[in-house]
Amino acid sequence: MVSLVPRLVEGLAKTRKGLLGKMGDLINRSGKIDEEFYEELEEILISADVGVKTTTELLENVREEVLKKRVKEPAKVLDIIKKNIQEILGEGTSALNLEGVPPRVFLVVGVNGVGKTTTIGKLAYFLKQKGKTVLLAAGDTFRAAAIEQLEEWSRRAGAQIIKHQEGADAAAVAFDAVRAAKSRMIDVVIIDTAGRLQTKKNLMAEVSKIQRVVEKEVQGAPHEVLLILDATTGQNAVSQARLFGEAVNVTGLVLSKLDGTAKGGIVIAVRGELNVPVKFIGIGEQIGDLRVFNSEEFVKALFGEEGSGSR
Amino acid sequence: MAAFSSLTEKLQQAFKKLRGKGILSEKDVSEAVREVRLALLEADVNYKVVKEFIGKIRERAVGQEVMKSLTPAQQVVKIVSEEMTELMGGAKSSLVVADKPPTVIMLVGLQGAGKTTTAAKLARYFRNLGRRPLLVAADVYRPAAVQQLQSLGEKLKLPVFSMGEKVEPVNIVQGAVKRAQKEGYDQVIVDTAGRLHINEQLMEELKRMKETAEAHETLLVVDAMTGQDAVKVAEAFHEKLGLTGVILTKLDGDTRGGAALSVKAVTGCPIKFIGMGEKLEALEPFYPERMTSRILGMGDVLTLIEKAQSQVDKDKAKDLERKIRENQFNLEDFLEQLQQMKSVGSLENILEMLPGNAMGKQFKNLKIGEKDLIKTEAIIQSMTIQERNNPEILNGSRKKRIASGSGTRVQDVNRLLKQFAQARQLMRQMESSSRGATGKLSKKMKNKRFHFPLFR
Ligand SMILES: Nc1nc2c(ncn2[C@@H]2O[C@H](COP(=O)(O)OP(=O)(O)OP(=O)(O)O)[C@@H](O)[C@H]2O)c(=O)[nH]1
Ligand SMILES: [Mg+2]
Repeated sequence: MVSLVPRLVEGLAKTRKGLLGKMGDLINRSGKIDEEFYEELEEILISADVGVKTTTELLENVREEVLKKRVKEPAKVLDIIKKNIQEILGEGTSALNLEGVPPRVFLVVGVNGVGKTTTIGKLAYFLKQKGKTVLLAAGDTFRAAAIEQLEEWSRRAGAQIIKHQEGADAAAVAFDAVRAAKSRMIDVVIIDTAGRLQTKKNLMAEVSKIQRVVEKEVQGAPHEVLLILDATTGQNAVSQARLFGEAVNVTGLVLSKLDGTAKGGIVIAVRGELNVPVKFIGIGEQIGDLRVFNSEEFVKALFGEEGSGSR
Repeated sequence: MAAFSSLTEKLQQAFKKLRGKGILSEKDVSEAVREVRLALLEADVNYKVVKEFIGKIRERAVGQEVMKSLTPAQQVVKIVSEEMTELMGGAKSSLVVADKPPTVIMLVGLQGAGKTTTAAKLARYFRNLGRRPLLVAADVYRPAAVQQLQSLGEKLKLPVFSMGEKVEPVNIVQGAVKRAQKEGYDQVIVDTAGRLHINEQLMEELKRMKETAEAHETLLVVDAMTGQDAVKVAEAFHEKLGLTGVILTKLDGDTRGGAALSVKAVTGCPIKFIGMGEKLEALEPFYPERMTSRILGMGDVLTLIEKAQSQVDKDKAKDLERKIRENQFNLEDFLEQLQQMKSVGSLENILEMLPGNAMGKQFKNLKIGEKDLIKTEAIIQSMTIQERNNPEILNGSRKKRIASGSGTRVQDVNRLLKQFAQARQLMRQMESSSRGATGKLSKKMKNKRFHFPLFR
């Protein structure tokens, strides 16, 4: 494989510049807090995919506080926004559910092309680094060459893999993988699934079925259901989170492709709707391009302070 | 309904405010325009694009057109959808055919946009046009991307040109064009690796590929769910490569697809196709009017029909369709429809869902509460079969008889008849406009390819 050109940007540096640049400019430029100021704040937030609803709510809170505390300087408004976003995102990091009797079973879901398979490769590598044994389940039996793709990642990450033929029942793959993991004393099983649009009822029923199958095989499984969201997605991500949340028991979000966008604001909109923590961010196509999500650092990074939003 | 509801509601609220006001003030119009603006933002249309677009709308809306109109809501909808449809490209556009074959098409875009699948769909499309396509596997970066295209080629029984993953993409396209010339393939479709618009080296690579292949079409494949960044992505690709068109993918979901408007606005490139599913036949031409309806949320009509459909059994639906077509829709059918609507949701809601805001006032009388429904039932039940089948014969004395039989007044009977006439007209409108494309209503609904004029 032709080696990928070295990445030009370290993921969140972009994110940082995105909001900081604009907010900073605005603050420096604005002498007072007036309608124009609020309108520009709105523009910045909406342009970061925070969404109309969340932005409106956010700014309502801000206005209220500004009035109550008689804030006069635009710079202070920044702190209020930051605090509000922090509240939406929740605190610190949210650990993977790794404690307990192995195998721990992780199910990875999301719409087409968001980065499920790549994230699994990165996550397997991440877990291997922590000394875990990992087995991947090639549960995307639908898309052409999805199995080969996951196989390549299993080689790169040094993980085992269980696969069937293209067209096989995905739940059967998951079942076999979990069985194999039990007999091979594997620590973590990660199940890949075919991308599916959240509005397709029959396909959503299929992921529910995978969840049910592993539920029966291992106590407490699936221990994590990770929903991958593409950071360049707009407001549809909210629908994705909601409908996947109805079909399976989503325990965490992964925000992929954050290296491509100056934003990632969609995660604020999604968190405003759903109480599921963000666990990781993806910042590139290489195996090491996964970071644990830390909401405080993320917020700091959003506003261009210390830290990269990740660890 | 959930998918579109908030957008539709917003617009409807806005238009409700305008509706029935008669002559409007500038402030009224601003209020409605503000709602339109929010709706567009919610649909992921880029902030700057919205700003510009809204400016245009406001100008026209504040002018004579709306303020003097007796039907201001309709006027605003009309202006918004006209402007949007025009912005999105007026008529649909087709793909270039090279004077000297092969015609080379390159697909470019971000990771995960759907380039590989789209390449295969295009190959199938060309084959169906009687051409000889050659697919080219030039994504050497993503694991198994080459196999993915090869496997799709096998499914289609179409050739895939590949040099493995160890050859530079520029050399691959060069080899592919040579092969096409030698073996008489007239349509070369190049699948490229997904890349970020900010990755200068990889963007440069695309440029070299394009120059080497002398591509006739460079199409940006865009995920219809893309958010505000769609503009930056499209700008960057366009600036570097000089795009000739856009393909929107994943429109089979519930995204409102505001990215379509943004991308068109910043590149000026026509949207040539849309992807409507994972199957290889799910590639459709782009119709700006349909996209407009979708972004504006008028697609609720489809939801309404689907919803009603699920409550009615198939034969009945067929029967109904035939009756509407043959103008035999009678009062008994009307009653049945009303009852079904009742089980679908309140009539008020249903009527709100219809693109009826565009028809607004005209069907205002159609608003029937649950109480009225009971009355309606009683009235129709007091009619003879002949009368139900043939309401034209209802003269004064018959109406009197029916009124006393149902414990209502003649005005009630008259009102019902008027509503019926309107419903019949509405249904005929819906039916005939839905028939243009591919045949029967019920069949299309089943295939989910129901093309309302105001949908998709
Ligand atoms: N830049 C960037 N690209 C990513 C990231 N994660 C995944 N990708 C790329 O996105 C594309 C799609 O990734 P996949 O992992 O195949 O996505 P998927 O969700 O498994 O796709 P389907 O199985 O087809 O639904 C690939 O080209 C990946 O290399 C990321 O964090 N940053
Ligand atoms: Mg995959």
